[in-house]
Amino acid sequence: MTIASLHAVEVDYPRGKALGPFDLSLAVGEIVALVGPSGCGKSTALRLLAGLETPTRGSVQRAAGRGETSVVFQSPTLAPWLSATANVALPLELAGMARGQARAEAVAALDRVGLSGAEDARPAQLSGGMAMRVSLARALVTRPKLLLLDEPFAALDEITRRALADDVLALCAELKPAVVFVTHNVEEAVYMASRVIVMTPGPGRAAGETAIDAPIPRPAQFRTTPRFREAAEHVSAQLASAMSVAA
Amino acid sequence: MKRLAAIAAPLVLVAILLAIWEVSCRALNVPAYFLPAPSDIGRSLAENAPLLLVSAWRTLEMALLALLTASIIACSLALVTATSRTLERAVQPLAVVLQVTPVVAIAPLVVIWAGLAHPERAVVALAAVVAFFPIFSGALTGLKAADPDLERLFDLYGATPTQKLARLRLPSAVPFLLEGHKVAAGLAIIGAVVAEFVAGSGGAQGLAWRILEAGNRLQTAKMFAALAVLGLLAALLNGAVQLIERRALTWWRGR
Repeated sequence: MTIASLHAVEVDYPRGKALGPFDLSLAVGEIVALVGPSGCGKSTALRLLAGLETPTRGSVQRAAGRGETSVVFQSPTLAPWLSATANVALPLELAGMARGQARAEAVAALDRVGLSGAEDARPAQLSGGMAMRVSLARALVTRPKLLLLDEPFAALDEITRRALADDVLALCAELKPAVVFVTHNVEEAVYMASRVIVMTPGPGRAAGETAIDAPIPRPAQFRTTPRFREAAEHVSAQLASAMSVAA
Repeated sequence: MKRLAAIAAPLVLVAILLAIWEVSCRALNVPAYFLPAPSDIGRSLAENAPLLLVSAWRTLEMALLALLTASIIACSLALVTATSRTLERAVQPLAVVLQVTPVVAIAPLVVIWAGLAHPERAVVALAAVVAFFPIFSGALTGLKAADPDLERLFDLYGATPTQKLARLRLPSAVPFLLEGHKVAAGLAIIGAVVAEFVAGSGGAQGLAWRILEAGNRLQTAKMFAALAVLGLLAALLNGAVQLIERRALTWWRGR
């Protein structure tokens, strides 16, 4: 069953064509990574799926109900005047859930991302990794069918991003949303996704696709296995040839 | 130790300057109506303290009333203006014209409108005109200063325009509103003093009138005394407003 899809979508900006034609179809619980150089339109594809933009041509089919689609941006994007709990409860409260119940669910969501004890902290008091976890808890609190991650680890240090990658995979295995993960880091894409799509420089098109056949969450030491290395090399080669065609 | 030095340094400088002033006045035999010595000013300050304090309170009262008036009008106007780009384009030039017109130039008009029997109303109105702009432009900037990604999230979660205003745009505007009110508070005092000078009547009984009155009588020491009280008043208000701003920002950010 398809959760969301893009059919031959093209997006034109005043400065030129940003994306397409591009096709993408997401099955239930599938994790797809979009990899490409900066400005290849991968974030644009994500915004189409979120319904924050409409395509110039082509059509988008998406989970359009309230809270069915969630986005995590590159920065945590938290409201500085709200506590962690209030930030996480926001989507529920906006949808009309009673404050008390929304807060209770938010506390549970914070607990799931390993932040019990930080319920009353303000974003300014949290480290970058913790703030990102709050952002993740907010995205998951509505139990979305589609989770869109726009380079969520880009601003974090290596240790934090690895820990967070494992946590995201564990949470996804539990809640089973379809995930689109946008990144320009090949190894991260291979680690996170069951399917890696390489995109060409703008306007972005699919240049190749690699299936990563391994269990999720990833087994320990997955990064050192030959399967991981081969897949990463394969994706890197696709990316390199996509870049050289454009150049 | 550093804190002590920060407090002591300006006090020491003031003491040195006052000492030089005192010694020069005595040594050069400067006439008291031209430049009174600090000791004369101190004596005048002590003699006129009750009157000067009451006048200072009047000036402060008028300035605060003007600040409140300006705040209510500027915030409501900004709220209405921020809802539409066209309305903003229409209002912005008028607000700028109001800002760049010197308050002394419109004072005579306002004095006539307020009625010659009510100069204090004219003073409040004029000080409010001066205090209006920083609050208005701060509120307008603040209402548009929400994080665009956060705004996208609100759209994604299907927030209504009212929810967006109450839960995103108004809270985002808080730091800008605080900054606007801080600037406006200083301007309100200046506006209140200038307006009282222009009104040229004793009806408002503020500090500006004390200065005018003493000047007409060539009581130079009393002019200086009133000036000192005015400086102190402005400095205290400035300090209070800065403290409020810092506290409020800490509360807003949680740090």
